[in-house]
Amino acid sequence: MSYEILMAAIPIVWDGLWLTLVITLSAFVLGQVVALPLAMAADARSRFVSAPARAYIFFVRGSPMLVQLFIIYYGLGSLEAVRDSIFWPILKEPLGCAILAVGLNSAAYMGALLRGAISQVPDGQGEAARTLGLSPWQTLTRVTLPQAYRYVLPVLGNEITLVMKASSLASAVTVVEMTGAARALVARTYAPFEVFTVAGALYLMLALGFAALFRAIERKTAIPGLSGNDA
Amino acid sequence: MFDVIAPYATQLLLGLLLTLKVALGSFVLGLVLAVLCAPLTQSRRNPLRKVLDLYVTVIRGVPELLVIFLIFYGGTIVLTKLSGSYFEVDALTAGIVALGAVAFAYLLEILRAALQSIPAGQREAALVLGLSRRQMFVHVILPQMLQRALPGLGNQWLIVLKESALVSIVGLEELMRKSVIAAGATHHPLTFYLSAACLYVAVSALSSAIFAQAEQRLTPVQR
Repeated sequence: MSYEILMAAIPIVWDGLWLTLVITLSAFVLGQVVALPLAMAADARSRFVSAPARAYIFFVRGSPMLVQLFIIYYGLGSLEAVRDSIFWPILKEPLGCAILAVGLNSAAYMGALLRGAISQVPDGQGEAARTLGLSPWQTLTRVTLPQAYRYVLPVLGNEITLVMKASSLASAVTVVEMTGAARALVARTYAPFEVFTVAGALYLMLALGFAALFRAIERKTAIPGLSGNDA
Repeated sequence: MFDVIAPYATQLLLGLLLTLKVALGSFVLGLVLAVLCAPLTQSRRNPLRKVLDLYVTVIRGVPELLVIFLIFYGGTIVLTKLSGSYFEVDALTAGIVALGAVAFAYLLEILRAALQSIPAGQREAALVLGLSRRQMFVHVILPQMLQRALPGLGNQWLIVLKESALVSIVGLEELMRKSVIAAGATHHPLTFYLSAACLYVAVSALSSAIFAQAEQRLTPVQR
């Protein structure tokens, strides 16, 4: 371990930090946005809705994210129909593909989780809401989801850390986020311990930051009188 | 589509075999270490416990890919220094060690929780019956711990299986790398990446079925 290299590595790896953050936050938001309709579709009464949603969850959870990233980046780009479509500006960029791959992957895991959380809310609550004259939409947004999300909140903190770790895969499609920056620096300096220690420490800092943030959200949204966060 | 895959079918299957080797190797490595270290997580005084806690926190917060790079590039430097001449770590060893080290942290957490769920009475009863501490662990605690940990172990196996694809980035010719090569040679990336994905899904589904079966088999033990 050389102190000078360690110090010299910090600003260079730090440059990759913002891209790591961009991928992590965009992919996390994308994952959350897709997860809810996915979870509801998987439990829909119509088979034509539930079967594709379940198949999606099954396939995405069953294969490596790297394959999914390559399917999106190299695979879709090889189709002429895709190159002519309105999605091409996103799909031709490695950054856009990385966000899409990580986000859609996270959506499958979150979708499965939300399905479980929604089924945790007792049926009686939905019946009671209907009796009180709430529309299905109101029941969902005012009764079911607030409870389901409190239930998954501890896992959400975990999920954003997993998404952050997954963002390192973007380096495989030439995005110079933190892992990519670190690897390029190792190729130049041949000092893997110093450089990867710096990168590891920055990742750890982010992970601990996310954990603290979600614990704070949990405390803020806890319902007084209910123990912990589970309703 | 089939005539594109056919010439590469053997290569893909060879890759799958290597994928299984990496995944199985690192899972077993991680599991053995975790079983050996699990009792340490229960002792209040042992300073090693603090070290393990720190290790788990670090591994949980750092990307697997970074660990693979560290072992792959770092291992070469360490071994070259130790042996005196240039010594390169091969991607297979680096992959198994790196993913094993990561799996160890997660498996340790799983076993820790399983261990905690075993009532203290079991331990006390074993000691009262005259079993040595070692016998108690091997014959009383270990079987119950593994049985309770089974769902978690199955889940972690699936994670390790999928993470093994990352080792392709340092050049190991497992399933993922074989598909990259075939995709490059034929200019049919979608075909090959989808085939690879299907093979992974098939192994995942098969493993899930096996673990579900094992769980069912072992459940009657618990009254």
